Amino acid sequence: MSTILLRWPARIGVGILAGSFFLFLAIPLISLLFHEPPSLLWSAMQQPEIFQALQLSVFTTCVSTLLTVLFGLPVAYVLARKDFPGRSLLETLVTLPTVLPPVVAGVALLLTFGRFGLLGRYLTPLGITLPFTTPAVIMAQMFVSSPFFVNSARAGLEQLDKRYELAAYTLRASPFYTFRRVVLPLIRPALLTGIGLAWARALGELGATITFAGSFPGITQTMPIAVYVAAESDLDTAVALSVVLMAVAFGLLLALRIGRNRLPLY
Amino acid sequence: MRNHLHALCLCILCTLLLAACGGTTTNASVTPTPSNVTLNVFAAASLKESFSAIAAKYHQAHPNITITPSFNGSQILEQQIASGAPADVFASADQVNMQKASNANLVSASQLFVKNILTVIIPANNPGNITSLKDLGRKGVKIDIEAPTVPAGKYSLQVLDKMAQSSDYGPAYVSAVKANFVSQETDVKSVVNKVQLGEVDAGFVYVTDVTNAVSSKVKMITIPANFNVVAQYYIAVTKSSAHASDAQAFVQYVLSPAGQDVLQQYHFTAINP
Repeated sequence: MSTILLRWPARIGVGILAGSFFLFLAIPLISLLFHEPPSLLWSAMQQPEIFQALQLSVFTTCVSTLLTVLFGLPVAYVLARKDFPGRSLLETLVTLPTVLPPVVAGVALLLTFGRFGLLGRYLTPLGITLPFTTPAVIMAQMFVSSPFFVNSARAGLEQLDKRYELAAYTLRASPFYTFRRVVLPLIRPALLTGIGLAWARALGELGATITFAGSFPGITQTMPIAVYVAAESDLDTAVALSVVLMAVAFGLLLALRIGRNRLPLY
Repeated sequence: MRNHLHALCLCILCTLLLAACGGTTTNASVTPTPSNVTLNVFAAASLKESFSAIAAKYHQAHPNITITPSFNGSQILEQQIASGAPADVFASADQVNMQKASNANLVSASQLFVKNILTVIIPANNPGNITSLKDLGRKGVKIDIEAPTVPAGKYSLQVLDKMAQSSDYGPAYVSAVKANFVSQETDVKSVVNKVQLGEVDAGFVYVTDVTNAVSSKVKMITIPANFNVVAQYYIAVTKSSAHASDAQAFVQYVLSPAGQDVLQQYHFTAINP
């Protein structure tokens, strides 16, 4: 009896804290919706350059997320499973791009892959210029968003009991087979969380992209940049575009969340 | 579990208490004492260097007045003032945003206080081998410009429109220049940065953007006066200012020869009242 009585204040406390925090996140988003008459939203959607920006955003973020998984999974595996000198240094390094102000991340990419950059100067004679191209958009997105995936995947791998893999090996499963059929399904929640975080971060990417890739409609002008450009002249249009961007993000993240529970990964 | 929760509640209580304390102290400092006044001056991003200098000079001459400048795009500043930001003075880089503030009854009568013109800048090592405006139309030259929604971008397009009508350049030249645009930046400083880093061969910026910090890294190619566009900057005291007379005195200083002198040092064109 007494324990139940004592639990009530705790429950109410948790409820108030969780509720108020949820409202803190939700109300600003909802206020954006109320700011706009639906007709303005509709007319914003129908502008060709907006559709173009949305298309580019969806394409580049999908590619950058795929590449992040392709390159990030081995990194996460090595960091979680292998012990070698300098590992904590590498772990810290992988997280660093999230700390860097995005504009600085863009400058860093320019100083590396730009015309006179450390690597870029050797690419220029080969006829390869990266700044102001769509691949530059993808690179900028990967640079700032991949840490979210790598860290999430690493955490999933670290929590996974190694004995599952060892059991598979004793049954003469190859390392690749074990990874695909044992490890991946077991860390699926962590992977999908990481994919969702990285993808969302890439979709909202502005600073690094605009610095490294610039802003040209159809080539490098992604949705967040279109919003930023619109805000220079008309805040209402900018808000309308943000609502569109939010709706797309909401749909895709929700799909990912449902997929996490239903679809098999392999 | 319960202990954790108690600790958490304690933390929150402490935070709230601290926040409450913070609130009272700021209130106390905001209350104006008759001698010491802080003026919040909301000024366009391009005024950063010049208005910082003016603020320091003004404080020297009037030690009881402290100028706290806040720099941002004129459009954003206008929005902030409309949302109740505590501005005493608004200095806009164009008439449009000042008009917006005036229409919304946010500011008192505004005045033209300085002018600015455009220039083309190229990296100091000149990778595009550009020696005149004509070279901007050459195929393969990379040109950076501001988006048409940004005042500087709008003015740049007006410059090109004027060139299209002249017999020296003509419409073919202008469309060749426009085909060389590689990006449409959201602000002037981004164009300066990309030229400075040598990523583009040329960019359209204000002459005032060639500050001491970048003057060694870029070269200017002057746009002749007959093609150039004059950007007009407007200043006004806000209606919500608690120190309207002090704010008006500061505006007068900006308009005075002393204030205009400082602006000219930063390559602005003074107005002749």
